Amino acid sequence: MDFLRPPTWADALAAKAEHPDAVPLQGGTDVMVELNFGARRPAALLDLTRIADLAGWDDDGGRIRVGAGVPYARLIDGLGDRLPGLAQAARTVGSPQIRNRGTVGGNLGAASPAGDSHPPLLAAGAVVEAESAARGTRMIPAAEFYTGVKRNALAPDELIRAFWTPPAPGPQYFSKIGTRNAMVIAVCSFAIALHPEERRVGTGIGSAAPTPVRAVAAEEFLSAELDWEGRTPLAVSAAQRFGALVADAAAPIDDVRGTADYRRHALSVMARRTLTWAWNDHAGDSRREAS
Amino acid sequence: MRVNVTVNGAPQTVDDVWEGESLLYMLRERMGLPGSKNACEQGECGSCTVYLDGVPACSCLVAAGQAEGREVRTVEGLAEGSTGADGRLDPVQEAFVEAGAVQCGFCTPGLVVQSHDLISRVPDPSDAEIREALAGNLCRCTGYEKILDAVRLAARRRAEASA
Repeated sequence: MDFLRPPTWADALAAKAEHPDAVPLQGGTDVMVELNFGARRPAALLDLTRIADLAGWDDDGGRIRVGAGVPYARLIDGLGDRLPGLAQAARTVGSPQIRNRGTVGGNLGAASPAGDSHPPLLAAGAVVEAESAARGTRMIPAAEFYTGVKRNALAPDELIRAFWTPPAPGPQYFSKIGTRNAMVIAVCSFAIALHPEERRVGTGIGSAAPTPVRAVAAEEFLSAELDWEGRTPLAVSAAQRFGALVADAAAPIDDVRGTADYRRHALSVMARRTLTWAWNDHAGDSRREAS
Repeated sequence: MRVNVTVNGAPQTVDDVWEGESLLYMLRERMGLPGSKNACEQGECGSCTVYLDGVPACSCLVAAGQAEGREVRTVEGLAEGSTGADGRLDPVQEAFVEAGAVQCGFCTPGLVVQSHDLISRVPDPSDAEIREALAGNLCRCTGYEKILDAVRLAARRRAEASA
């Protein structure tokens, strides 16, 4: 096995081009488990933790560009105010030790349907910045990034450099089902993001289909249904319909963590609850603005 | 491969490290530092917690090669003068002994490192903060109550010492 330690991003792209079967390594919270258990013996490991500019972010007031090597703990502290949905999801990842090491970049690379970052990235409309030495930069919307169970849209010579997302233009919430408050892989999870200026709702479903998915029909229904200007209270029937459409968008399986029926039911409940929280926040803002 | 790493303040060179092995394996099997414990090898139990460049991490999930040029501090490096016979335990270690927070002792090194980090960042942690900080450290003996007592005691001692 080779252990490649590129000191710069250009070196990393060159190494990945030369060793397309090299497994990129950030915090190690997924990759090292597979190595420790002998489930994976890659020809090479590509350690990306020496590349300083992967561990920072830029916020020019428009979109925020977050480096693939920012650990969850720093994302929560440094970006929690601007990316509240993603920060809520990040707080549910593993334990403090795991959040000190694990990254959104690694979550995208692993592309597990249960990855906690994915639903809020989908709901916010995030874009993944991938790059190769041969073809340069490619911007991949999160909704097109997940292609199968633990598969993503990256080519063998590409690496994830960053993800781009606007600072939250409205309320965002994340909800996750598990057996305790730490060290839990989601039984299923859900994220919602309101985009009031576009009069649009974003959603993301985790751990209830072969890939993380949006609930497109639920988004369209709700975007048309909500009283964006008047901010009148949410009709119970609308919240229930939204929950049912979210459950319909999932394609869950029965497994050790839960049954397909349970996941559909839990998704409808999480969708209804997170929508209620988000809409109450939106309506509350209007009351604050009026007073 | 060769790994150059500073462990508990001392620069070290380790040879014949396998590229796929963990920092935990290197510490225990190649460097004679068995304080960090090997249990789950998947980041679930926290028994292998060490400081890596000042940040607590599960050493089973850090590739040994990722420690190149970095500073590692293990449970062996917490006590004052820990390399000498007259070494004095860290206040967190003393508190664990006094509070009876140790039974079989297997989880203790990880809990001590993680608690050490907590009270250095949060001098007077609430119970909720202690529970959150230790959520990734499993103990199958104590039921955790004595561990919570130990962390509160260590925080008090630390506050008194700096007052």
